[in-house]
Order: sequence, then structure tokens, then C-alpha cells
Amino acid sequence: MESLNTYRAGPDERGHFGIYGGRYVAETLMPLVLEVGRAYGEARDDPAFARDLTHYLAHYVGRPSPLYFAERTTREFGGAKVYFKREDLNHTGAHKINNCVGQILLARRMGKKRIIAETGAGQHGVAAATVCALFDIPCTVYMGVTDIERQAPNVFRMKMLGAEVRPVTAGKGTLKDAMNETIRDWVANVDDTYYLIGTVAGPHPYPAMVRDFQCVIGDEVRAQMQAAEGRLPDTLLACIGGGSNAIGLFHPFLDDGTVGIVAVEAAGEGIGTGKHAASVGAGRPGVLHGSRSYLLQDGDGQIEEAHSISAGLDYPGIGPEHAWLKDVGRVEYVSVTDDEAVAAFRQCTRLEGIIPALESAHALAHAAKIAGTLPADHLLVVNMSGRGDKDLDTMAKAAGAGT
Amino acid sequence: MSVPSRIEKRFAALEEAGRGGLVVFVTAGDPDASTSAEILSALPRSGADIIELGMPFSDPMADGPVIQMSSQRALGNGASLRKTLAMVEEFRRGDDETPIILMGYFNPIYVYGTDAFAAEAKAAGADGLIVVDLPHEEEHELGAPARAAGLDLIHLATPTLGDERLPLVLEGASGFLYYVSIAGITGTASATAADIGRAVERLRRHTELPIAVGFGIKTPDQVASVAAVADAAVVGSALVGKIAENLDADGAPRPGLVAAVLTFVSDLAEGARRAARKP
Repeated sequence: MESLNTYRAGPDERGHFGIYGGRYVAETLMPLVLEVGRAYGEARDDPAFARDLTHYLAHYVGRPSPLYFAERTTREFGGAKVYFKREDLNHTGAHKINNCVGQILLARRMGKKRIIAETGAGQHGVAAATVCALFDIPCTVYMGVTDIERQAPNVFRMKMLGAEVRPVTAGKGTLKDAMNETIRDWVANVDDTYYLIGTVAGPHPYPAMVRDFQCVIGDEVRAQMQAAEGRLPDTLLACIGGGSNAIGLFHPFLDDGTVGIVAVEAAGEGIGTGKHAASVGAGRPGVLHGSRSYLLQDGDGQIEEAHSISAGLDYPGIGPEHAWLKDVGRVEYVSVTDDEAVAAFRQCTRLEGIIPALESAHALAHAAKIAGTLPADHLLVVNMSGRGDKDLDTMAKAAGAGT
Repeated sequence: MSVPSRIEKRFAALEEAGRGGLVVFVTAGDPDASTSAEILSALPRSGADIIELGMPFSDPMADGPVIQMSSQRALGNGASLRKTLAMVEEFRRGDDETPIILMGYFNPIYVYGTDAFAAEAKAAGADGLIVVDLPHEEEHELGAPARAAGLDLIHLATPTLGDERLPLVLEGASGFLYYVSIAGITGTASATAADIGRAVERLRRHTELPIAVGFGIKTPDQVASVAAVADAAVVGSALVGKIAENLDADGAPRPGLVAAVLTFVSDLAEGARRAARKP
């Protein structure tokens, strides 16, 4: 493990976290990417931007989200004291809205007239369509055909909100393919279009910017845990696809040495089967969608398809800052299977009356594995990154298949 | 005085002939290894002056559907970066004059190893590289080994390129400059001749490098009009489309595929040859 004064200084001015990150985009897009970087730098230093952001987070999103002591879960697990950070209670039902509010304010500041976005589970697409409705800006969302089928309620929500949902048939029809197609749209519409990326991936400044907008999660947890227990939490748990809910919870605690941090990848049908989305656990460094990070790929550098029952985790890469945190050893990366996530989904629903997103159920499943091994005064925070209403069809099918 | 490269010699010969050149793009291994090799070896005698050989990638973000599908066909039939280099080596046994530019995305090169790739590409007989997702800011990692090996790094100028960024794009560019004539992906819209003329004129004020123009050039007439103002016209998707048109329902090449592709190249070359160059 590298010895560092701080884990929170990255990226450097060129957008690198160690060897990861960067701006690997076509020359046509470079002026746009640089423009987003400049505009975000100015916005970040502008108190008026911060005031607007705080206003919408409080009165539109409903922040702060509660830090809920999950008493029955704690009893059931028989060890650590389990808290849920309730991002599922945000407007639109997931953490994605935190980032969308930040980026739509930036896009307006930049005078952009049209928003494009990619979506996997549809949570980011819904959040993007929502802020576009609020500010009356046309919105186009790219979504893979596989995801359109398994997240039908979110497709309907996006359309109701006035967004155009463009189906992507390339590849396996999931998040990776949707992101390719969104980048192609951006290259062809450089004059008026803003790309609202939904996770901590893409070219610099997106991984750092999206992280900054999601850090409200961890900042609130720090204050809320102080109020509830008078100290810092001992372990933080979050699921990770691209990694935005995870980095938002983790980042404010990276320099608190006593806080253990664990990210949970989707192991799909099991890492040994090859059908999984464990980019850290089974991937290698590579370059895709504008940055260098861990990727699922073959020996020729061709990107492999990810597999997860959870559409939001079905992506063959992770954000570049996560790749760096893995290499320096500050965050532990583990994985849980589809079956384990489905079991955790059911358990949480029955014990707490909270229907978690299948994504968040991955974090819960790992909590179930470790909580019982920890003492009763150990404070464990699970990021309940989203609600599971969108997953009921998938759960019904899992039940039908005898899972 | 260094030995002139194949690219320099070819542009010098075009200048002497008083015409613009034809650059053609095909994806290595499309639709399969043997058909692709057959097409490649016949391109020069059909009138291609320079060849861009696409290195297939699973996620070609700057390409439209036609070239996306060509990559998928090639990869589906076992294409790999190693095989692409072997294809160049085989081509060079029969042709030591036609420049070959390897064009693609960074990840396969990165995974191959930038030092090994640069050395082996040069040894196989490649002359230059175009790596679409490696802008100035990230080029150093491949740029240093490529230059050391003697490969030209062909840079892309675009309609979004402002005056303040132009010097960065020209820094370290060699071989020729590739003007991407539209803001968009391959095989879609076409720029007007007037827009292309203005853009080429502007670039010429800043560089001595030959200028090739690509994206959206689909017909012999378009080749003629581009070759009249630029040093070469690049045709990719329209040519790759001829391959797609000549596949059977199972994706196997129909008997006339190679001939159809080469006839189209001859037509395009005729366009380049009839273009009256501005003095």
C-alpha cells in the first residue's frame, strides 16, 4: 500500500488518477470536453452556483436523505449495527438525481440547448429526463434494448417526462452500447448539446465532477453518524457498477484511517462462469469511453460483455478513481452473485419494509456476509442507493425460474 | 538526410502527376481473413494510392453503423491485432510502395503493449498510425515508441478545431494531416465542397504536410471535387458498404464480392484522376 498524505487530491490537472482516467476521446470532442472542464471549474468557484445547487437538493430532491438504523436487519445479522443511507428516498428514487441536478445547472450556465444521456437501469435516464422537464430542455436518452425490456417502468417514466428514448441494438443492448451511441450523438451535435454522463466514468472532467456532485452522500453520513452515535462509522458498503453512489459515500471518508471501505461488484452467475460484471475482480487496465480503468476484456483488447441481473451494474468497467483506489489499497473490492443479491432483496423487503434496488441489494448481500462476524458496537453503513420498484418484473422472473 | 518514407514518396509522385490521391479504408479481416487479404492485395492495381487498414475494435465510438458492422464481422471471424500485422506483412511481399496506415482505437494497442506494437507494426511494413481516441493530450504513450520505430503519426483536424488548439494538433504530426470534414461519425453526413475548400485553405496556412480529407465522401464525383482542393480524398464507409452488400444471408461472401469492391475502387480512382488540381 502506497503511503499518501491524502487520498482526496486527485485527479491531476490532466485528469489522471495515477495511471487511470485521462481524456481518450476523438479530436472532434476535445474542444467540448475542455469546455466542460473550464465551465465546471468556474462553477465550482462560484458561490451562486453552490447556492442554486443547495437549493434544488434541499427543496426538489428532498435532501438530506435519512441515515436509518435498520434494527431488524441488525438483529437478524447478529453483529454490527447496520445503518442504511436512504438514497432510495430521493426524488426519482435513487442517488442519480444528485448528479443530474448539478450537471443541468452547469449545462444551463453553458447555454446548452439539448441534453443527451445514457442509461442502464433507467435510473439515470429518469433523473436526467426529470431535470430536463424541470428546466424545459429537450432530452434524448440512449438505452440498450435488453435494458428497455427489463426496466420497462423506467422507460415509461422517461417518456412521460418528455424525453425521447432511443433504443440501442448494438452489442448486447446494455449500458456499454448505450454509452457508445451517446458519444456518437455528441460527436454529431457539437454545437448545442450537453452530454450528461450518469456515473464517474468518461473523459476528464466527468469522473471528478460526478464524484463531487455525489459527495453530498458521504458528507451527510458523516454529520448524521456524528449526531446518532457521536463518532465516525467503522465500515462503509456500496454497490459498484460505474461507481458513482460508491464514490459519493466513500470519498469524504478516504482520509479517515479508521473507516473501512468496501465496494461490491456484481458477480452475476459467478466469476468462474465468465458471466459477471466484476471489472476489478476479473478485469485488467484498458481504455474505453474516454478514460483508462479496469475493464472486462479479452487478450486482444476487445471489450467483453458484462452480465448481471441488475441492469445498473451491467457494465464492463468502473470509474477510473476506483481503479486507482483499488491499486493503492484504500478500498476493498468484493463481489456477490445474482442469487445472493436476489436473496438480500427479499430479506430487506420483509425485514424492513424497504424494497431495495437490485443494485443496492448487492451491497446488502455483502453486509449479510460480514455483519455477523463484527462486534455489536461496530457501525456499518450500507448505501441504499435506490429503490426497487423498477425491479419487480425481474424479481418475478427470478421467482419463476426458481431462483 | 533521411530516406524518404513511402508516404512522402507517394505524395511526391502525386504532385508530379498533378493530381490528388485516393485513400481507401478497409477493415482488416472483413468479412473474413482470406477475402480481406485478397481485397487488400488488389487495392493498388485498382487505383488506391494509399491504404488505411482498420484494426477491428469491439466498441468503435467514432464510427457509424457500416464500419461498426465491419468490425463485428471481422472479430466474429477471428480477427485480432496480431493477425492484422501479419496481413500487412503478407501484403508487403507483393507491394513495397503503397503506404499502409493502421487506423483504429487505442485499447487493443495498449493491451498489445505500445513498444511491441510500434516495433512490430513497422517491421511488418506499416507506415503510419491513426488512433482515433488518442488526442494530443494522451498521445505521448504511443507517440514516443512510434516515432522511435519510424512510424508516422497522422493527426486529425476537425471542424471543431479552433485557432488556439490548432498548433497542438500539428505538434508531432507527420506523414499527412487528416481533415475530418464533418463533426460526426463515419459514413453519415457530407460537407459541402465550399466548406472543405475553406478548411483546407486554412490548414495550408499552418502546415506544409499534405492534407487528406475524409468522412462523408461516397462517390467518384465527391472524390473528384475533394481531390481538386486537397492532396487526397479518403473513402471508407462507402467501400466497406460494398462488402456488406455482397454477403449472403449467413454473412458469407458471395462470389462477386471482391470484383464488386475493386470495381468501385476503380471508379473512385477515376474520380481522383480526372480532378483538375488547383495550381
